[in-house]
Amino acid sequence: MIIATNVNKSFGRLKALDNVSLTCNKGQSISLIGPNGSGKTTFIKCLLGMVVPDNGFITFNNKNIAHDWAYRAHIGYMPQTGRFPDNMRIVQVFDMMKDIRKDSATCGLDEDLISAFGLNKVLNKRMRTLSGGTRQKVGASLAFLFNPDVLILDEPTAGLDPVSSEILKEKIISQKQKGKLILITSHILSDLEDITTEIIYLQEGKLKFHKSLQQLKEDTGEEKLTRAIAQVMKSNLHP
Amino acid sequence: MKKIIKYVVLDILRNRIVLAYTVFLFIISLSVFNLEDNAAKGLLSLLNIILIIVPLISIIFSTIYVYNSTEFIELLVSQPVKRTGLLLSIFTGLAISLLLAFLVGAGLPILIYSASGAGFMMIFVGLALTLVFVSLAVLASVITRDKAKGIGVAILLWFYFALIYDGIILFILFQFSDYPMEKVTIGFSALNPIDLGRIMILLKLDIAAMMGYTGAVFKDFFGGFWGILYALLVMLLWVFLPVWLTVRKFNRKDL
Repeated sequence: MIIATNVNKSFGRLKALDNVSLTCNKGQSISLIGPNGSGKTTFIKCLLGMVVPDNGFITFNNKNIAHDWAYRAHIGYMPQTGRFPDNMRIVQVFDMMKDIRKDSATCGLDEDLISAFGLNKVLNKRMRTLSGGTRQKVGASLAFLFNPDVLILDEPTAGLDPVSSEILKEKIISQKQKGKLILITSHILSDLEDITTEIIYLQEGKLKFHKSLQQLKEDTGEEKLTRAIAQVMKSNLHP
Repeated sequence: MKKIIKYVVLDILRNRIVLAYTVFLFIISLSVFNLEDNAAKGLLSLLNIILIIVPLISIIFSTIYVYNSTEFIELLVSQPVKRTGLLLSIFTGLAISLLLAFLVGAGLPILIYSASGAGFMMIFVGLALTLVFVSLAVLASVITRDKAKGIGVAILLWFYFALIYDGIILFILFQFSDYPMEKVTIGFSALNPIDLGRIMILLKLDIAAMMGYTGAVFKDFFGGFWGILYALLVMLLWVFLPVWLTVRKFNRKDL
């Protein structure tokens, strides 16, 4: 569904993505893992067209995403930090997004998360008065709102309280069972354990490996994802 | 695109600065026309105020507005929205609000007190300058990532067009006063939309005779159909060139 070929991106002297080639297919649930600054967010932003790669290309459903925009109707994106126009109310943000994506909505709206997070009660609050966690909730609700085929979640559970975090995980798992492609980055590996089927490991902008969870556990001889990744990180840092 | 323009205009109306600008222009225009017994004299006084204030407010307000909509832009680029469309919508939204403000604030009093050729020319020049400086503002705010730097660039641009440029022209004309410079000054006028606007209005006010020999050359050139067409084209170029550069830059910008 998403194929990245030799994607390079540098910010000045820093090489954020170094020849990354990846294939993501429908029905997979992929975790992007790597140390801070390894290029996870940059890669996600490249997928969304927010960052333009220096060279290499990315295709979505066999169409190059450069100069294209319509493909984004199939993607629900939850950014790392929810940044919204300060003087809009929550309900206005939702209404605006519904208005803008109205024509491209494939099937009905999915407003489960809005009620599950209890956002119904604070719909009239201005965005600037919201706490970091509430902004994350708005971001998550927006990502799931349009029933997209692909969900891209950048550190979804960071900043959420345990209850909300659990609600979000349940939601992700239910979407996974519907056969959607899910891309998640997170540093909380225990959260990823029951969500993912595939692991992509990035380090210093390079793709280190792309394996199924099962394969990774066999290769490292560990039972838990947390320990398996810890072992990978150690062996990469001190070869 | 229409939907995004709607949200931009609603947002601008909500923050009331444009409303204050409208009221300010309205009060100034009314008081200038009431102070002078002759409408042409009032127009002349208004001319200098408008040539300073309209570009200043247009460029500063638009630059700050684009920087303040960073979140809005970030939110929308991850959605199925064309980048070019997004930028043009912000430009159009800004342009619509400021053009309306000028039409109501200055256009209405001018029509009431001096609905002459010069009055219409002044409304046209005011509208054109608004567009030019909104497009320069959008350019300044897209090419610089830092907000303070971007606003600084915008203020410098205004300074250049409103003050520094005239100084440079005076210097050049003085240095080359032994040569026939009349034709060249027509070319110079294209380099500064504010100057071009001033010339267009002064010629309509029939005081070109006071500008000496150069005034006669201007009268001869800008008085005719081709002169008007030339001025119109130059103004259009001043609007579209910055917008075009901005769109090109914005399409490759990392957000």
